[in-house]
Amino acid sequence: MIQSLLDGVLVGAILSLGAIGLTMAMHILRFANFSHAELLSIGAYAALVFDGLFAALFPLLSEAIGPLSLTWALAAAIIVSMAITAISAILIDRVVFRRVRALGGELSMVFASFGVALVIRNFISLIFGLKTQLYSEDIVFAVILSQDPLLLVKPDQVFALIAALIIMLALHLFLSRTTLGYALRAVAENPTLAEVNGINLKRMIAVVWTIGGGLAAFAGVSYGLTNQISPVIGRDLVLPIFAATIVGGIGSVYGAVLGGFMVGIAANLALVVLPSGYSPAVPFLIIILVLLVRPNGLFGEARA
Amino acid sequence: MREAALTATGIVAGYVKGLPILTDVSMTARRGAVTVLIGPNGAGKSTLIKAIAGLVTVTRGKVELGDRDITNPRTDTLQELGIAYVPQSDNIFRTLTIRQNLDLVLRRDKLRAEERRAALFEQFPDLADKEHERAGGLSGGQRQFLAVAMALATDPSTILLDEPSAGLSPRAAGEVLAHVRKLADDGVTILLVEQNVNQALRMADDCFILADGRNQIDGPAADLLNDPVVGEIYLGGKRVRAS
Repeated sequence: MIQSLLDGVLVGAILSLGAIGLTMAMHILRFANFSHAELLSIGAYAALVFDGLFAALFPLLSEAIGPLSLTWALAAAIIVSMAITAISAILIDRVVFRRVRALGGELSMVFASFGVALVIRNFISLIFGLKTQLYSEDIVFAVILSQDPLLLVKPDQVFALIAALIIMLALHLFLSRTTLGYALRAVAENPTLAEVNGINLKRMIAVVWTIGGGLAAFAGVSYGLTNQISPVIGRDLVLPIFAATIVGGIGSVYGAVLGGFMVGIAANLALVVLPSGYSPAVPFLIIILVLLVRPNGLFGEARA
Repeated sequence: MREAALTATGIVAGYVKGLPILTDVSMTARRGAVTVLIGPNGAGKSTLIKAIAGLVTVTRGKVELGDRDITNPRTDTLQELGIAYVPQSDNIFRTLTIRQNLDLVLRRDKLRAEERRAALFEQFPDLADKEHERAGGLSGGQRQFLAVAMALATDPSTILLDEPSAGLSPRAAGEVLAHVRKLADDGVTILLVEQNVNQALRMADDCFILADGRNQIDGPAADLLNDPVVGEIYLGGKRVRAS
């Protein structure tokens, strides 16, 4: 039970990072973006490519950092993959979503996002194949935190959790202490009033994709580091990330963080009482329960 | 005679292509004067203000600021033109604190931001006391004052105000309109949409009456206040007949 709770927290951190970007994009662009989780795949594979490249170019970087399977090459690759994923998110918006936004309604955007998800997933499969891959073939043993009850945790999981928490804190400071952060919150709340007050909406949309893409990339690498990398990362995580977003309340970054942890923990705790085949249904149950009690989610507010 | 600061000539505009709300409206707002737009519901008062602000597309006609043609401006460049627009509702960011609302508007002039914020808090002491509270928790009157403070933050030459007294108690409405009057006396050009005709005509300099998307009557506000026809139609509650 406690092991499931611990695993849930670790999964929750990954879901939270994915949900933060999704909730911001959904609130500002007013559509459910079903391709958001594919950004995690782009991030995971971009890091895989650059990890290999850096390790080949600079063999010294192949050294693992302390007890982690994470190497210096992968650490550098994570930063590059965050940038690549952010640029990919902006490009997808420019090439697809912006055009659909100009001509169609919210529903057209939703269908377009399904299409984008399929294109990304199949493109990755085409390039990298369907086989699962790992950042490191080295076996990293879990650390025993407690014998009774038995609690195990991998150093990579601890790294992913701590790094995710640091990123969330940095995002909180950005949103609550900087005028660019205020501008993003203003656009999310009332885009017309934001424009009247001199905020360039196109620039803010690019900032949202940059943040969303960067966080998704880190979430994707964390998922790959603690599980494995496959072209279906996006397909597997899209529903839990949506559940986290809806539970937290669309538009609420803090809600997305809490929602991510709630969904991660609930899905893992459910495994204690339910056969693992039922695990994918848990996010749906959480969505239904929360929406029955609070239709706008835990922290969501009616939009202007 | 004060010079014309903002002029709209022969404006045709609407929300849906081919269905104009404004069919032919012209008006002039003088520098340092309060110009009020009045008329029955659906007359096109708010639409005219939105058309000037670039929120509704002008399909025919011209908007000029001084000698400069500003027809269909990009809304996010209004501040650069020296124009501030205060919508009727949802005119503050509820999820930000009062200070964050002001800092957001002041972000382009970081050097003077602190000085400007202090000056605004001096002008609106009620807001200063609640500086770090979320704006969503303010009373109706305080919200309007915050909206006006945000409009003033960038030192605009012209302010477009859409029914600033809507939903306020008579006392709060009086305070807001008195403040608007003071701004004009300090040299700011004010274009005001107001439902409270009596109160508006008493504090305004000029008035344009619209109905069915067209000009009906215009002139000095004091004259219209004493005009028996206007008195009967607007202060007596009857609807104006479209010409």
